[in-house]
Amino acid sequence: MGMKFSTMLRHLREGMKSLLRNGWMTFASLSSIVISLFILGVFLLLALNVNNLTEQIESQVQIRVFLQLNTEQDKIDELNRTIGNMPEVSSVVFVSKMEGLELLRNSLGEDGRELLDGYDETNNPLPDSFTVEVVNPQEIGFAAKKIQAINTENDTAISSVKYGQGTVETLFKVTTAVRNIGLVIVAGLALTAMFLISNMIKMTILSRSREIKIMKLVGATNSFISWPFFIEGALIGLFGSIITSTIVLVGYSQLVSFSQFELGLMMIKLVTVQESALLVCALLIGIGTLIGVWGSTISVRKYLKV
Amino acid sequence: MQDIWKTYANGSHALRGVSVLIDRNEFVYLVGPSGAGKSTFMKLIYREEIPTKGQISVNGFNIGKLKPRKIPYVRRNIGVIFQDYRLLPKLSAYENIAFAMEVIEAPRRLIRKRTMEVLELVGLRDKHASLPAQLSGGEQQRVAIARAIVNNPAVIVADEPTGNLDPDTSWGIMHLLEEINFRGTTIVMATHNREIVNRQRKRVIAIEDGLIARDEARGEYGYEI
Repeated sequence: MGMKFSTMLRHLREGMKSLLRNGWMTFASLSSIVISLFILGVFLLLALNVNNLTEQIESQVQIRVFLQLNTEQDKIDELNRTIGNMPEVSSVVFVSKMEGLELLRNSLGEDGRELLDGYDETNNPLPDSFTVEVVNPQEIGFAAKKIQAINTENDTAISSVKYGQGTVETLFKVTTAVRNIGLVIVAGLALTAMFLISNMIKMTILSRSREIKIMKLVGATNSFISWPFFIEGALIGLFGSIITSTIVLVGYSQLVSFSQFELGLMMIKLVTVQESALLVCALLIGIGTLIGVWGSTISVRKYLKV
Repeated sequence: MQDIWKTYANGSHALRGVSVLIDRNEFVYLVGPSGAGKSTFMKLIYREEIPTKGQISVNGFNIGKLKPRKIPYVRRNIGVIFQDYRLLPKLSAYENIAFAMEVIEAPRRLIRKRTMEVLELVGLRDKHASLPAQLSGGEQQRVAIARAIVNNPAVIVADEPTGNLDPDTSWGIMHLLEEINFRGTTIVMATHNREIVNRQRKRVIAIEDGLIARDEARGEYGYEI
């Protein structure tokens, strides 16, 4: 390469001038990049939210381990340690029968409270239990079986292990599917955008084929001719993605603030603008610039036969 | 320019065994009917075409065996002028000329100095900011000539440079070319302009049907129109 700094500056200047000179072409390429990246951005936010929601739901799944009514404190401590030491388990919380009674009272509310009247520490019908959370929610079934397997033939301190069998598995199937479909759509759109931009730049170059011939005639090297095109492509990608990022983020922040109340009622929390801004900007600008450079590269290569 | 000699044939036999030696600082007219091979002859000099057979050497470079990577560097030593000027339409007169110097990565200060110098030489100093579309045919050709000479090439190849111009303007262009030739540049010019050739009395090479029909030191146009 060994290019002079002044020559690099010249290419930069030429690339920018060319953007202005080819006003309509620039506008067309810019709009197509903005539209493609916009759709990409929307899906990105959708995917982020689906992912977030899935994680929220997943994090709520837990295993309840109920013990026999007459389990002794030593045995309880031992089980607590055993379960806590399992690699799949992230936390074990002991819920005593009294705490269980309180929880039950609270969840029944005012109306149902009287059903539990008369129960106290002496005649509490509830068993002691553990609430277990797992490291990877997808492995919850496996962890539950492992806990159940602590029981031996002559030691049946664990009376039952529950984690919403069936329901949880279905939920995971759905969330996994949503995640994968989102990923496929996003990848497909990125490819479409690339194709559009490379086509645009190909047209730009073809419309300048006469100019390129003249440049070659006065002894311009291929790299000298190509550089302004690369820079032009990169600039279109960069500007396009900056515009798109702005639109997407402003739009999203509006959406978040308008929907806050309604979605709050449904216990749904959207990913905040602050959380998503960096990722969305970085991805859109990165992909946009890449698309621009890549598009101009293939077109320049093809036309100049470098 | 030293010692060119060539023999070539191409698909439709544009040239069929032509051998010519043009010395440094010569002014040569290339004449002959349309389609006789004049343009091919010139394209071979600036390596737009490659000979199917034979050898061409321009300025010590073996043009036929040149690696594609090297072509730009050889072209920088050959100025080319066309009937249709071939200026970059979106660049001003000044920028068109400066472009040929930017290509060789000349320092900006030198570019400015030398570009103004050649603009002065072709008499267009005042119109340096005009776009090609704002200039007359003769003025555009002057810009093209200025671009061709800005890097001090050893050779200028001109393909019917006066083809689109009226007689007065044509003479202006011819004087300019003579001046450039006088300063030490070899000029090879293809033309259909009988009056110019007959009045100048320079070397004339006539190409007919891909062969050299005549090669006279102080020749005439020799065709009836």
